[in-house]
This record gives sequence, structure tokens and C-alpha cells, in this order.
Amino acid sequence: MMDLRPRSHPTYLAFLVHRISGLLLALFLPLHFWALGSALRGEEALEGFLRWTDQPLVKAAEFGLVVLLAAHLAGGLRVLALEFLGWRRRQKDLVALSAGLSLAVGLLFLLDVL
Amino acid sequence: MSAARGQVHLWIVQRVTAMLLAVAVTVHLVTILLAVRGGLSAAELLGRLQGNAAWLCFYAVFALAAGLHGAIGLRNIAGESLGWRGRGFDLAWLGIGLLTALFGIRAAWGLYAA
Amino acid sequence: MPTPERGATLEVSIWRGGAEGAMRTYQVPARENQTVLDIVTYIQRELDPSLAYRFACRVGMCGSCAMTVNGRARWTCRTHASRVVGPDGKLELRPLANLPVIRDLATDMAPFFDKWAKAGGRFQPKDAKDGAVPEEFAVVPPTSKQRREADAGIECIGCGVCYASCDVVAWNPDYLGPAALNRAWTLVNDVRDGARAERMEAVAGDAGCHSCHSTQSCTERCPKQLDPSASIAGLKRKLFWDTLLGRRG
Repeated sequence: MMDLRPRSHPTYLAFLVHRISGLLLALFLPLHFWALGSALRGEEALEGFLRWTDQPLVKAAEFGLVVLLAAHLAGGLRVLALEFLGWRRRQKDLVALSAGLSLAVGLLFLLDVL
Repeated sequence: MSAARGQVHLWIVQRVTAMLLAVAVTVHLVTILLAVRGGLSAAELLGRLQGNAAWLCFYAVFALAAGLHGAIGLRNIAGESLGWRGRGFDLAWLGIGLLTALFGIRAAWGLYAA
Repeated sequence: MPTPERGATLEVSIWRGGAEGAMRTYQVPARENQTVLDIVTYIQRELDPSLAYRFACRVGMCGSCAMTVNGRARWTCRTHASRVVGPDGKLELRPLANLPVIRDLATDMAPFFDKWAKAGGRFQPKDAKDGAVPEEFAVVPPTSKQRREADAGIECIGCGVCYASCDVVAWNPDYLGPAALNRAWTLVNDVRDGARAERMEAVAGDAGCHSCHSTQSCTERCPKQLDPSASIAGLKRKLFWDTLLGRRG
């Protein structure tokens, strides 16, 4: 079991979220492309796939993916800010901002589909 | 070329694709949030994408960046948690990244030419 | 922890052994004013003279007394017991992580300093390749950007706290680690130094700065409040542009 005591600071949490979201998104990407590829078989095949995604469980998974994508985007911007702009002082604020942004995007998605 | 140099190149590809993805994912998230209002339909999707060269270009670049970015990320995770390191693994991941990208470009083409 | 009562004791558990070993518990009188190093010294002098640990200056300058205190790497000579002992009066001491244990609380720092050397951590005077003293003093304006970058990381005492706190060191045994990379960055910004090109090559790639994932545990734990994470980012930034602009030779 990983000892959490030396890993309880916000930037470590940001790393964990970035790594896990990145892993899941990278595994999802081929599935996503495969599903969109159904369009190659005409409009009906695409429509059939889209109706399949109307199931509550698939919608819930989509919500998860949107939040993961937003979190990975926001967390990635933190890393880029540190690496390319040298923003070192407000790192913890950036972590909070990233969390807020991904939650906001997730909420908007929920409001849209519900 | 030294091993370290190839590793630096992979890192650079990952950061350059990250910068592209920062823009592309933002566009993608906004599109998702707008498109899911009132449900997705194949007709609506194709109405936007069919024959539209600008969207095709956008999605082609997006797929290329995402494929490479994801594969290099998986490479880092596999190296650190499974010990999969070395030139052979790096080339394999690069191949997987390009293959994934090709798959995505194929799907984008399907939506463009449907 | 509130002011201890007269006669109160701390329950201190300490790692005994090398790579294999076990925790052993000692009862130590709680005092109003004591550091973690004071506690370890008390145990060795009064309770168990076989306890191995390392210290020298006791004032936060030499960097030899770092240990894992309640799960976190700290310099023990400047860590007041009241800041780390919980209300239950318990204290857990282990040797630094990511380094071979010699015995008890003493680790072998050799890998840490070997990597320091590998990262090009030695100053190489530009004007005197053979090590001779240059005839003129170098003029380095204190407000220049490079001087400020070097200043930000120069106070490292080599205690190994960042190295022990870094997960990437644990995941990749070749990784040079925060202290060595921070040292390299201070020298890259030292305008008197003549080995910049070699040093940039030494810190490039998976064993160098490019494996850092910015968890910033090093920055979080550095007892001198240095920011190795920012130094590593500086190395990455420089190598990015040097590579893209073909300046690496």
C-alpha cells in the first residue's frame, strides 16, 4: 500500500489525476475512433451507434470521459505553465483552478444531457 | 543518435502535441457541450462535417496529435511501472501512436465523405 | 502538541537493521523544547548505544541528519518535536527512502552524490580549464536574469530530502534526481562556467530532467525552501529550444 503521508500535497494530487485521466483517455481513444468509423458504413450505421449511446449507463460513462478530458486539459496547462513559462509561485492556485474548470465542464455536460 | 537524444525528441513531440491539443481539446469540449443539447443525431453530425474541409483538417491534426500524445504517455507509464524501457519499446509505442492517429483520420474522412 | 506535562513520555518507534529489519519502540521523556535529533541522541546515549544515525552540525548547515519522520523526509536537527509528534505522543523514525540502508537510521549517500557528479555538478571555470585561479574577478551583476536563476537554487546543503521524496527516483533507478538537476541548473546559469554544453547533454533524456512529472514533492519538502522542480523545468525549457533551434551540436 502506498504511503500517503509524503504524497498529500496539491501538486502530487494534480499529478495523480493527470496520470490516471491520461491513461484512461489513451485507452479510450482507439475505441472512440473505431466507433466514429461506423460513419464509413453510412448514415444509418452512425445513427444506430448514436442511439446506442442514449442508454443511461453510456451517458454516465460519457460524463466521466468529459470530466477526465477537462481535467487532463486543465492539469496539462499547469504543467506547460511551469515548464515553458516558469510559473512557479502560483502552482497550488493553478491546481485549484484546474479542479474547478473540470468540475464546471462536467456540470455543463450534465445540464445539457439531462 | 544517442539514446538520450531520441528520448528528448519523444518528450518534445509530447509537449508540442500538448500545445496543439490544448487548443483542439478546448474546441472539442465546446463542440460537445453545444452538440449534446437536445441529443445527438447522425443527420446533425453529418450536416456539420460532411464535405467541410476545415473540420476535416481540424480533426486530422487533432487525431495525429492525440494518437502520438497518448502513445508517448503510455510509454512513460509502462517504463515506470512495468520496466518496459529501451529503443525497441519506444519504436513500438511510436508505431502504436501513428496507427491510432491513422485510425482517427480514417474516421474523420468517413464523416467528411459520408 | 501542547506543552508536555511533567513526567510525560513520547513513544518513539525506530527502524532497526539494514534492508531487512524491524521497528523497535523506545520511551523518551517529553520535553518542552527538543528536536527530533535530540530525541534520537537521547535514545543512543541513555537507552541503546547500538543505535546508528548520522549528524554533524546540528544547526541545519551540513545536511547529514535527514531521516523519514512520520512518513516524511525531514532534516531532524531543525525539526521541533512539537511540530511532528501527534496528540497520541507517537513518533516514527525511519532512514531516508530511495537510498540503501547501512544500518538503522544511517543511509548510504553514495548513489546520491554519484548522480550529483554525473549531472555535471562540478564547477568548471571557463577561464582556467586546468583549474588555475583566473587573474581577474568575474563581474556578475546581481540583478542579471542568470544570476537570479543561479541564486534561487544555490543554497542546497545536499541533505537528500528531495531525493528521498521523489517518486521518479523510486520508479527509475537511473534518474538523477532533484538535487543533482537543481545543481546542474545553477551551474548552467553561472556565466563563469565553461562546461555548459556537456552538462546539458548529461541532464537530457529519461535519466535526466525529462522524466520529471512535476509532482513537486522536492519543492514541497526541501528544508531550505528551494524549488528544484522549477530548476528542472528550466532545464527542460532550455533543452527544448536548444534542440529545436539546432544549438546542441
